[in-house]
Amino acid sequence: MMRGIEKSFVGAKANSDIDLDLRRGEVHTLLGENGAGKSTLMNILSGLYTPDDGSIFIEGEERKFRTPRDAISAGIGMVHQHFMLVPTQTVWENVALGLEDQPFSLDKNSIIAKVRDIQERYGIHVDPHAYVWQLSIGEQQRVAIIKTLYRKADILILDEPTSVLTPQETKALFQTIRQIRQEKHGVIFISHKLDEVIDISDRITILRKGRKVATIPVQNASKESLAEMMVGRRVVFQIGKTLQNPGKVVLKAKDLVVRGGRGIVCVDKFSLELRQREILGLAGVSGNGQEELCDALAGIRQIDDGAIVVDGVELQGKPSREFQKKGVSYIPADRIGTGLVTGMNIRENIALRKYWRKEFTRFRFFVHWENIAGRTGQLVERYSVVNPGLGFPARMLSGGNLQKLMLARELADDPRVVLAVQPSWGLDVSATLFVRETLLEQRDRGSGVLLVSDDLEEILSLSDRIAVIHKGKLMGIVEDPDSASEEQLGLMMAGTSLAEFLPDDIPPGHVPVRAVP
Amino acid sequence: MIFEGVLPVLSVLAALFLAGVALMFFGVSPLAAYRAMFRGALGSWYGFSEVLVKTIPLVISGVAVGFAFRMKIWNIGAEGQIYMGALATAAAVRFLQSSSQFSMLLAMAVAAVIAGGFWGCIAGVLKARWNVNEVITTLMLNYVAIHLAEYFIYGPWRDPSSLGFPMTPPFPPSARLPQFLDTRVHLGIVAAIVLVLIFRLVIRWTRWGFEIRAVGDNPKAAEYAGIRYGRNVVMVMFVSGAIAGLAGMTEIAGLQGRLQPGMSPGYGYTAIIIAWLARLNPWGIIIVSFFMGVLLVGGETIQVIMRLPLASVQVIQGCILFSVLAFEFFRNYRVLLVRKERN
Repeated sequence: MMRGIEKSFVGAKANSDIDLDLRRGEVHTLLGENGAGKSTLMNILSGLYTPDDGSIFIEGEERKFRTPRDAISAGIGMVHQHFMLVPTQTVWENVALGLEDQPFSLDKNSIIAKVRDIQERYGIHVDPHAYVWQLSIGEQQRVAIIKTLYRKADILILDEPTSVLTPQETKALFQTIRQIRQEKHGVIFISHKLDEVIDISDRITILRKGRKVATIPVQNASKESLAEMMVGRRVVFQIGKTLQNPGKVVLKAKDLVVRGGRGIVCVDKFSLELRQREILGLAGVSGNGQEELCDALAGIRQIDDGAIVVDGVELQGKPSREFQKKGVSYIPADRIGTGLVTGMNIRENIALRKYWRKEFTRFRFFVHWENIAGRTGQLVERYSVVNPGLGFPARMLSGGNLQKLMLARELADDPRVVLAVQPSWGLDVSATLFVRETLLEQRDRGSGVLLVSDDLEEILSLSDRIAVIHKGKLMGIVEDPDSASEEQLGLMMAGTSLAEFLPDDIPPGHVPVRAVP
Repeated sequence: MIFEGVLPVLSVLAALFLAGVALMFFGVSPLAAYRAMFRGALGSWYGFSEVLVKTIPLVISGVAVGFAFRMKIWNIGAEGQIYMGALATAAAVRFLQSSSQFSMLLAMAVAAVIAGGFWGCIAGVLKARWNVNEVITTLMLNYVAIHLAEYFIYGPWRDPSSLGFPMTPPFPPSARLPQFLDTRVHLGIVAAIVLVLIFRLVIRWTRWGFEIRAVGDNPKAAEYAGIRYGRNVVMVMFVSGAIAGLAGMTEIAGLQGRLQPGMSPGYGYTAIIIAWLARLNPWGIIIVSFFMGVLLVGGETIQVIMRLPLASVQVIQGCILFSVLAFEFFRNYRVLLVRKERN
């Protein structure tokens, strides 16, 4: 029903000469790394951008979209990564929001009836009277989908819909997508998680650097071949992880209570122990207190209650520089907004958390820029940060190199504790690999690494132990990641504590998991 | 990069154009007016020296404001801090009579620095403690400072022999900054240049300057780096106010010789335009201040020659600020001309 979309997006050449066709009743996946042009293409299709060249056909008829409204009336509905809903309104009000040709006073009953109709037909269940703020992320996503279906969308675009979901929610979403497919809609699914893509798609189109690599039916696709097409060369999935004997405890958090930006308790009586030479994975759906926890562990955020002990020294209430001095490194999730000053040059970004040290100070008040430059040169080399020159502002680096720069700064002096939050988020495959290998190497060099990620695959492949957080509470610590099923971790991420899984009769002498009281 | 340097020039040209339109409304040929301004300001040795006289307080207060702006602390209160500095200078002259010019001037400068710094500090502490918007507090403190100075000028410190004019008695010679070469250019020019150098040194080379820049460029990253925001706000506001206070001191000790109302015709506000136009660059502050000095002196000339109201110069200044802000837009956005798609 859509044929020969061909468009080149000049200027940055985000898309050049891409064809994409979507048939009725199929799930067509757009696969590509960040910056491959997926979003640009979809923004063109949903009317946000106008293409420089090429055309869009729907049911054989050429269509031109000047605004998103045009695209909606042509039957194209987009569910954004961050669904655009009004939290203080109910579900049905959100569905009605922005509808055209409505009477002055909305006909509530008929809207609700139609919403129920859609729910029935597609098997998407949300209470139409519930307020959006009461809903979980997964439910909110369903509202966004209902919203597009209500507008009679024939073509549904789902932009990385699984990135905010637990495995269980993802399963439910896939059920819905299959239902939508059965109803003879076309679905464009955007993702870079290969397992999911293979699970849900009928056909897969791979984009790389703004060009289409291929469109293949899912039967002909394997994880390896997809990755190879996505990246342009062979990718090795196995990361060489050797077993290590963890040493003594380097970081201990006890009954931490931390409030978030709005004064709400985000971390609730959280305790954990991080040992030398181990990676402790902290799994959880993002926004469940992980960032507040790490801010607190790095001394940046005040804690309400509890204790933080680094190498046997209590640090709670101390300024964050004391944490730095004790060897607590922090790789925050938001590298551009928090971890780096993109307007400053590369030297200054290396100096950012080190400038106060003795070796970088001269005449007491002055920064020893020569020493910093020398150090920066070494680090840039060691962490292979591709850069135009140390005096250039960091904003000129690519995402992967920004992250390498931050790793270089944070890992350079063999810290005791590394707090790494979403370290590979938004990076391409090779940079992701580099980051993961670097973290493993750092573990082998003796650091204790707390790895926070909402990517279970990342957690499972790197961690020596896995803790799960839900709504700021520790759901439990899985001592042996190989024994943990994604199923079980998913349930924990959704709020079931580990203790509830424990079988009543644990075989003697074998304790696969340890419950946290 | 080149574009960045061209932008201020472009915005000044646009301002001159806008002001030209305004001048036409006053019934004056803009070209003739600009020519008269230029000739009045730079056409003679006297004019040039007068431009320097105006440049001195502008550079000093430009550094004061630029310093705070570097940390994205919007000190709009340089005007009030200038007045506090001048008031403290007058107090020092009044109460510490010393025959030694050096110790007298030193005492005056210290008094001005403390008073201006204190005035800046108030806003700094409010900001650090309760996150009170410094734009509001510094602006409001301007009125307090100006009226406080007027209270002393009209009241207890008025010169009994001034025939009722509101002004303090003239400062004794030991309390005057030396002037050079038969002009009104005074020692303040050295202070201005030294302050620019120190500004550059602190921002570029010191640990503190690095902290200020980090906070200014990305406050979240600065917090993450362990840089204390509150302490720096107070310190920066103190230093900024102190420098502005020094501008007040040099102005009355170098030029006016007494404290009188209107001792600063808005230098503190002009300094905001200067810092902005100079992109907080130290050398830029000197260049832009000089340009503003030309504008002020030239403005006086056209007031006399073309019988224009004082407001006309202020109109030109307003036009510049307006176009600077307008051109700021182009720093962050590019304008693309897109032809409408034929449907």
